[in-house]
Amino acid sequence: MSEATARADALASVERTPGSAKPDPILRVDKIVRQFGGITAVDVEHLEVQRGIITALIGPNGAGKTTFFNLMTGFDQPTSAGKGGAAWNFNGKQLTRTGAAAIARTGMVRTFQLTKALSRMTVLENMMLGASNQPGERLALSLFPPAWRKREAEVHAKALDLLARFKLDTKKDDYAGSLSGGQRKLLEMARALMSDPTMIMLDEPMAGVNPALTQSLLGHIQSLRDDGMTVLFVEHDMHVVRHISEWVVVMAEGRIVAEGPSDTVMSDPAVIDAYLGAHHETDLAELDYDEIESEVAEEEQEREELG
Amino acid sequence: MDQLQALLTDVLREGIGAKTAAIAIVIIGLNVHFGYTGLLNMGQAGFMLLGGYGFAISVAHDIPFVVAILIGFALATVFAMIIGFSALTLRGDYLAIVTIAAAEVIKILGNSERFKSLTGGSLGFPSKKYDPAFLNLSFFPHYKTWQILSFNYADVSTSAGFRIFGWLVVLALAVGLVLAGMKLASGTRKILVMVGLGVVLLLAALFMFPLTELSTGDSKVGDHVASSTGWWVVFVGWVLAAICTGIVYLLTRSPWGRMLKGIREDEDAIRSLGKNVFAVKLQALIIGGCFGALGGMVYALSLGAIKADDQARPMTFLCYTALLIGGAATLLGPIIGPVLYFFGQWTIEGIVRFYVPDSFLSDQQAEPTAYVVMGTVLMLLVIFRPQGIFGDKRELRFHV
Repeated sequence: MSEATARADALASVERTPGSAKPDPILRVDKIVRQFGGITAVDVEHLEVQRGIITALIGPNGAGKTTFFNLMTGFDQPTSAGKGGAAWNFNGKQLTRTGAAAIARTGMVRTFQLTKALSRMTVLENMMLGASNQPGERLALSLFPPAWRKREAEVHAKALDLLARFKLDTKKDDYAGSLSGGQRKLLEMARALMSDPTMIMLDEPMAGVNPALTQSLLGHIQSLRDDGMTVLFVEHDMHVVRHISEWVVVMAEGRIVAEGPSDTVMSDPAVIDAYLGAHHETDLAELDYDEIESEVAEEEQEREELG
Repeated sequence: MDQLQALLTDVLREGIGAKTAAIAIVIIGLNVHFGYTGLLNMGQAGFMLLGGYGFAISVAHDIPFVVAILIGFALATVFAMIIGFSALTLRGDYLAIVTIAAAEVIKILGNSERFKSLTGGSLGFPSKKYDPAFLNLSFFPHYKTWQILSFNYADVSTSAGFRIFGWLVVLALAVGLVLAGMKLASGTRKILVMVGLGVVLLLAALFMFPLTELSTGDSKVGDHVASSTGWWVVFVGWVLAAICTGIVYLLTRSPWGRMLKGIREDEDAIRSLGKNVFAVKLQALIIGGCFGALGGMVYALSLGAIKADDQARPMTFLCYTALLIGGAATLLGPIIGPVLYFFGQWTIEGIVRFYVPDSFLSDQQAEPTAYVVMGTVLMLLVIFRPQGIFGDKRELRFHV
């Protein structure tokens, strides 16, 4: 428990404002903008993610969470790249122009919202693909089994170990395509852990998972943190977020609108606005039409200026 | 009876001939592309043609034999890199478009009048310019007639009853081989059973249909049924096919081969695990292309000339048909597939030639008829058994 209080103490002095500075950031993001045509999907001015804790990234549908994930992990390129704007830095390494594979090799591994289990390969093969530093993956050495057999045995042992931890060991020789949706989520998470990442980014790990499995997934995520890993995850379920995350970042319309500890951030007016709209508490019968009309006109004006 | 014996002997000669071995090597390459990596290469014939031209033209210019082979590989590698750098970062469909167009460019250049002094243009590059160098390497005696097997059915009995019995045994073994391929679970045991059954089948077939050819030498006859360059090229062709299969066996069972399959299933997943997907795809494209080039060289040696028109789109589609018959992403599929394909094609052609009255189908219509039937077979196969003969049934349930 002392570790938990230590983590809480470290965050106690952090300001509860979007883009606040953390005492020990592992990921630092600056001026990332991603536009799809005229739509700005992501416009993040500054964000820091604290090392060794579970940070949740929440926000209504279309807030740009997944796009932000894609940008961080190199699966998408920011529109602001090269204009002296976009810069992000993971564990001291500049990642601004790094490809997805190279980013994964620096220790920031992600999972996908729509799980990417390799269907026509066995669960064990899926796992073994996650390992890094396998000399047999170099073409020249692949033809000489003695060059990679030792590492292969290590990887095999580790894969079995992780599968046992995620209770998939009985499925190891089944094709991944035969697993249920929840088991695929588990497999994907276990596979991501094969390379011993320093930070793991989970895109909606609980989506489509039954409540019983959700509990065990949550346990797994917490144990990752206890092992010293940094976790950043996207989630819709507020109970889940409140239950396991130490820090919550709220996105809406591509921007970060609020940050704070999970127990207080949900009462932030900006968050309530983002989820429920600015007028969620107003009684429809008491609406002042003139006021609304002027507000709408104002918004339209804003939109025209932007367009 | 004797006519049927002659027909089936021809079918066997073509089925295990050098041309089949050449196509098998090409398909081994295509299997690396399509079966293992999921690259939709629609221009394998272009790799073949480049290999054949590079090798044959070099030999004809008195370049040492080994160097000539390396030149063929080098051309295929460059071709693969051009295709790879332009299309491998795009989605799979674009690779198909680029490869089919690139292969067409090679064919047109081969046919072009401008390079006639080099390639022989549309008349083809005659084998007499490169065959001698190959035949000189032979450690088989030159121009001797060999019968395989020399101990055969004629030594036991030539009665109709015995022959029909023997044919039925051969047929039963062939059906057994196919059924074993379909039923057994994939693994090393299956491979051993298949190879064992295959050897027994081959011996039984050669016992019932002994083949007579020159040991080494050029016995090309105008009629394509009887074309072959002797046992030497057949021997070299199948030895190379076996070596290529061995290489693919080692590659696909290595961690590198595991990455290939992963890329076939989902590129982004592999990228998220820190693997350089583009480099692996390019390597696979080059390796498969070099197998294609090697097949092209054997193909050139088994024919009277290298003609660009022989190795155009129909050749690529033939390769796909044979690969799908055998089963994509299987080790032995690329070997059994073309053998079965040519058995089927020549049997149909022979039947049309000898047993269907000319008023219904003339001899000229025999070949197109065979293509029609084989095309129908391909369709039925894709509908009812898309994993081919050797494919694993379980994989089918999760078609992507």
